[in-house]
Amino acid sequence: MERGVGQAMIVELGHFALVLGLMVALVQAWLPLLGAARGDRALMAVAVPAAQTQALLLLIAFFALMHAFVVSDFSVANVFNNSHTAKPLLYKVAGTWASHEGSMLLWVLILALFGAAVASFGRNLPPELKARALAVQGMIALAFLAFIVFTSNPFARIDPAPLEGRDLNPLLQDPGLAFHPPLLYLGYVGFSMAFSFAAAALIEGRIDAAWARWVRPWTLAAWACLTGGIALGSWWAYYELGWGGWWFWDPVENASFMPWLLGTALLHSAIVVEKRDTLRAWTILLAILTFSLSLMGTFLVRSGVLTSVHTFAADPARGLFILGILVIAIGGSLTLFAIRAPTLKSGGLFAPISREGGLLLNNLLLAAAAATVFIGTLYPLLIDALSQGGDKVSVGPPFFNATFVPIMIPLLLALAVGPMLAWKRGNLSAAFRRLAPAAAAAMAVTLLAFLLAPRGPVLAPFGLGLAAWLVVGGLMTLVERTGLFAVTVSQSWARLIGLPRGAFGLALAHAGIGIVVAGISGSAWQEEHIVSLKTGERLTIAGTVLSFVAVTEGDGQNYQYLRGEFVQLRGERILGQMWPERRSYPVTRTGTTEAAIDTSVLGDLYLVLGEGDESGAYTVRAYFNPLAPWMWIGALIMMFGGFVSLTDTRYRVGAPARAPSRAAVAAAAAAE
Amino acid sequence: MKPKRRRLYLLLAGLGGLGVATALVLKAFNDNLVFFYSPTDLKTKTIPPERRMRLGGLVETGSVTREGATIRFRITDGANAVPVVYTGILPDLFREGQGVVTEGALATDGAFRAASVLAKHDENYMPREVADALKAAGQWKGASAKP
Repeated sequence: MERGVGQAMIVELGHFALVLGLMVALVQAWLPLLGAARGDRALMAVAVPAAQTQALLLLIAFFALMHAFVVSDFSVANVFNNSHTAKPLLYKVAGTWASHEGSMLLWVLILALFGAAVASFGRNLPPELKARALAVQGMIALAFLAFIVFTSNPFARIDPAPLEGRDLNPLLQDPGLAFHPPLLYLGYVGFSMAFSFAAAALIEGRIDAAWARWVRPWTLAAWACLTGGIALGSWWAYYELGWGGWWFWDPVENASFMPWLLGTALLHSAIVVEKRDTLRAWTILLAILTFSLSLMGTFLVRSGVLTSVHTFAADPARGLFILGILVIAIGGSLTLFAIRAPTLKSGGLFAPISREGGLLLNNLLLAAAAATVFIGTLYPLLIDALSQGGDKVSVGPPFFNATFVPIMIPLLLALAVGPMLAWKRGNLSAAFRRLAPAAAAAMAVTLLAFLLAPRGPVLAPFGLGLAAWLVVGGLMTLVERTGLFAVTVSQSWARLIGLPRGAFGLALAHAGIGIVVAGISGSAWQEEHIVSLKTGERLTIAGTVLSFVAVTEGDGQNYQYLRGEFVQLRGERILGQMWPERRSYPVTRTGTTEAAIDTSVLGDLYLVLGEGDESGAYTVRAYFNPLAPWMWIGALIMMFGGFVSLTDTRYRVGAPARAPSRAAVAAAAAAE
Repeated sequence: MKPKRRRLYLLLAGLGGLGVATALVLKAFNDNLVFFYSPTDLKTKTIPPERRMRLGGLVETGSVTREGATIRFRITDGANAVPVVYTGILPDLFREGQGVVTEGALATDGAFRAASVLAKHDENYMPREVADALKAAGQWKGASAKP
């Protein structure tokens, strides 16, 4: 009994902290803004403790909810609906953000943590800019905290408390749940920093190289996390049957991909603002649009307006609330932009063949790609609304393959060239000379692929060639900057050590894309067999014989399984064993299919056990997915590249003061 | 190059890019838009065979048969039903009496050949198109309550 009272206290404490957080956001949203307008230091300074307190309060609320999940406190409706005493501990902890309410709480918690980080580490920021940026963060937090408290309270109670919970959807009981949503949200919500800084700069009417330098680390951190989050989601969707494969152009996948595309553009255009003090208005617009797309993604996922594998509860009230937030945030920021953009004098034009010209091309193509994904994702909604529900259409992978891919190909081709061009005035033929090894590698790989698989798909070898172009091109940026082969090896080594971390980040991220492209191209050679198999029978795939040995039944922690045992043979040599499973979860009376995957450098052997029939035969689906793991390895390398750049001393979060930083910019520009 | 002319070229390049993107999108829409139909729609509208589309409704109770890896079942909206053929492994949430959305094309024999059967996140969740199709056929019995 004593313990029960203590538990109840913790939940109430969390609930109270959540509501207090809303109150703090209310203060944070306007007092610092007022202070900045009046030049009142004391009012501006409110932003710092407010942001820190808010983060602390939301941490308390979050861990209170997590505690309720861990101790299975079913008097909390959210825990009752999504948990069960027999659920493994990992999923009790991760279950905190598996439900709608919990995931929204995670969303605002991450928002508050970013705000607190700016408050704590941005000591060198000009006080007005800092106060305004934190006030904008406060407004976003206010909107979402109100959403949580009024429509999606994670601490809502049930009386009397049920004895047992309904358990979490078995599809979500996967280690992916522990990492995918937090990483994705770090990316989504991380772009709010760029948004807040953009809005603050617009209110202030001042954007310069120093501003870009302050925004870049946040954008970079958000981008790296989003890259990782999307890659993890894609991997999860790949190994868990029922999610639709590694990339399905599902509306919710697109919802995370659009901010990624524009965030990538923002990352690059901010470099132009920093180095050349131009493209200012465009960069501000990108910062606004990137976060707006993150908000739209939240709306799409949370409102259930689109049919998707991810949309769970369709609650009109929630949808309307988020739509309201969306309209105010996007409408408000774009209005502010329209009023202030003409005052942002352009820093002059520049030559098309130059580093900044290359970055502009990157921006144009990424924005166009984001636009096609946007149209494809929202068009079904539009048709539905226009025909008043009469016509229902869906836009699937063929649409995106026909629009997105042709835009990406020139981007990827140009991607290796851009870093080889000098600022202000580049020399295209010199750049191509430096890229000769990359071109040679691309041609060699393409030819090799054609020779090895002469009757395969035609475009895939070119995809592999493109991948080689990107990987070697990325590495050539390092060769170029260290003068390898031009000077002695020891001199090159000395230069390599002296390079800023950003140079390594660039090389890694660009080479990483190449590896992703290789993985995607490899999928064109996929081999698939669907057969009905009895124990003792065999099937052959990609030169490997799979012998179906037995089927066993057993109990997992909170499920029963049916496990197939397969032996991999090459000739009569045993290479390994594979155990695909079908699981059934008695509490929710649903099941999952766990594929067995044997990963090697060349590709994945992917084996699924289907249902059996009366004669004892099972449907067995076997794939060989060439180069599939490269997709996620490449994405991880990109993410790692982002973090390496983040450690560059030039992008310290405790940003340098405005005036010296300008001098540093000039020095850096002169040095390059 | 004069700045004015440079600006013009830049503008032209931008517009050209926009034009190409628009053309790609329009062409892709023309070829790849996938319409959703209910079994009643298939009876009342004339739809050319081999046209890619989505068919949704409830899996008719007692209609599922297996033959090796090939599965046959019927999708119904209460008023009409369409036979569906699918080869492969069904999603875990597929069962008789539940809502389902399939993507594929009508074969000349009148059966629907499904290339994919879409799995849903939640067994209580009814695909919105299916709910609307059931409402249109007058077979809607209210949402299976899930808060």
